[in-house]
Amino acid sequence: MFKRKHLLGIRELEREEIEAILESASSMKEVLTREIKKVPTLRGKTVANLFFEPSTRTRTSFEIAAKRLSADVVNFSSAGSSISKGETLKDTVLNIEAMVVDAIVVRHKSEGVPWYIATFSKASVINAGDGKNEHPTQALLDTFTILEKKGRVEGLNVAIVGDIAHSRVARSNIWALKKLGANPIVVGPPTMIPPYIDALEVEQAGSIDEVIEDANVIMMLRIQKERMKSPLFPSIREYSRLFGLNAKRLERAKPDVIVMHPGPVNWGVELSPDVMDFPNNVILNQVTNGVAVRMAVLYLLLGA
Amino acid sequence: MKLKKVLMDKSEIERTLNRMAHEIVERNKGVEDLCLVGIRRRGDILAERIAKILKSIEGKEMPVGALDITLYRDDLSLLSTAPVVRKSVIPCDITDKVVVIVDDVIFTGRTVRAAIDAIMDYGRPKCIQLAVLVDRGHRELPIHPDYVGKVIPTSKDENVMVLLEEVDGEEAVGIC
Repeated sequence: MFKRKHLLGIRELEREEIEAILESASSMKEVLTREIKKVPTLRGKTVANLFFEPSTRTRTSFEIAAKRLSADVVNFSSAGSSISKGETLKDTVLNIEAMVVDAIVVRHKSEGVPWYIATFSKASVINAGDGKNEHPTQALLDTFTILEKKGRVEGLNVAIVGDIAHSRVARSNIWALKKLGANPIVVGPPTMIPPYIDALEVEQAGSIDEVIEDANVIMMLRIQKERMKSPLFPSIREYSRLFGLNAKRLERAKPDVIVMHPGPVNWGVELSPDVMDFPNNVILNQVTNGVAVRMAVLYLLLGA
Repeated sequence: MKLKKVLMDKSEIERTLNRMAHEIVERNKGVEDLCLVGIRRRGDILAERIAKILKSIEGKEMPVGALDITLYRDDLSLLSTAPVVRKSVIPCDITDKVVVIVDDVIFTGRTVRAAIDAIMDYGRPKCIQLAVLVDRGHRELPIHPDYVGKVIPTSKDENVMVLLEEVDGEEAVGIC
């Protein structure tokens, strides 16, 4: 059972709550296969997307999810808004809320912003990514995809490969996977492994070759090219050699391994273009499942 | 589950479903173009059973679906937590089919209203009929079942329970 008002992070959720979301998501996915892909559940409710950071996938996904449930959606992005006139975050939220909205979906570059908004907001707050901290709906759609493709999450070896330190996707996934009984292993150059990994007792590996044979799931992260000039690793070529995934490497993997990526992909950096044709590449399934998972979250927060 | 008063036992339920199946065949002059859709959690089990009886009468397999109407409920905002949504399974294209909704008990009629709305989202059936094992009265909407197992007059605060082996481990209809 899910009794929360807000969805802020995976860290604070109980296993049963995660499972309630995943179960509802699988019913929502059925709605998406119908002739009429819309149910009247959230008629009269309004969802505001407040994105202070760029996004295409997540914002569109939340918008489609809300519309499939018959909610109204308003989109706010900081570019071209009164933020540039100096309006504070709190004033912005209060003004959006004064137009009577039921949920605020927020993405912000600073960690903790969704928790801050939840302290004064009457609306339900959903974290759509706060800095390097959490991206709960991404972790939910990732575990949902694993569950769908593998039939279970518990006991699976999940390699998370890339820039763990700057990734809210990795962080939320580590929480979700651990709570659901999976075995996450982080893989990346030491400069990209954050100190909290030891505290969480998560295994680490120094190259993709060390984990490829045992992995049931390989979750690749985006290398943020905007960070390329900083000395996190010497060159893209070296990074690809140690941490990139290609068809040749996948020959050594379990035949039923699935390859995931939260997008947007840098083809030729973390993923070689030949992975595009790999039959167990589930990247687009993740995108489809994202809508179902966000429908489940909106329904559980706003439905009753 | 403790029933205050048992009104139907296992063999009576069986005989009643048999009679309802025959009425369905009679009314529709066979089972051509028929699709049964049971409302979760017990209507779907009754729908399966009726389909089995129809097969023994007419010798034809029948598409049987299960419907979860949670997303169409009109009382969600009155609940304190949103109930878990179960999957709906509609096994065939229902456009131009005769869809028979099956449920265990009809009371206010609001569940059936939600079910009709849900079915319409899957296609445009030729017609929709309604089969219920128990009609306990107190309708709040202009909805009337086509096939009724048993009419049980009740007061509004009584509760009619249909217990089925598949979910409850026993078989009975009663008031609790």
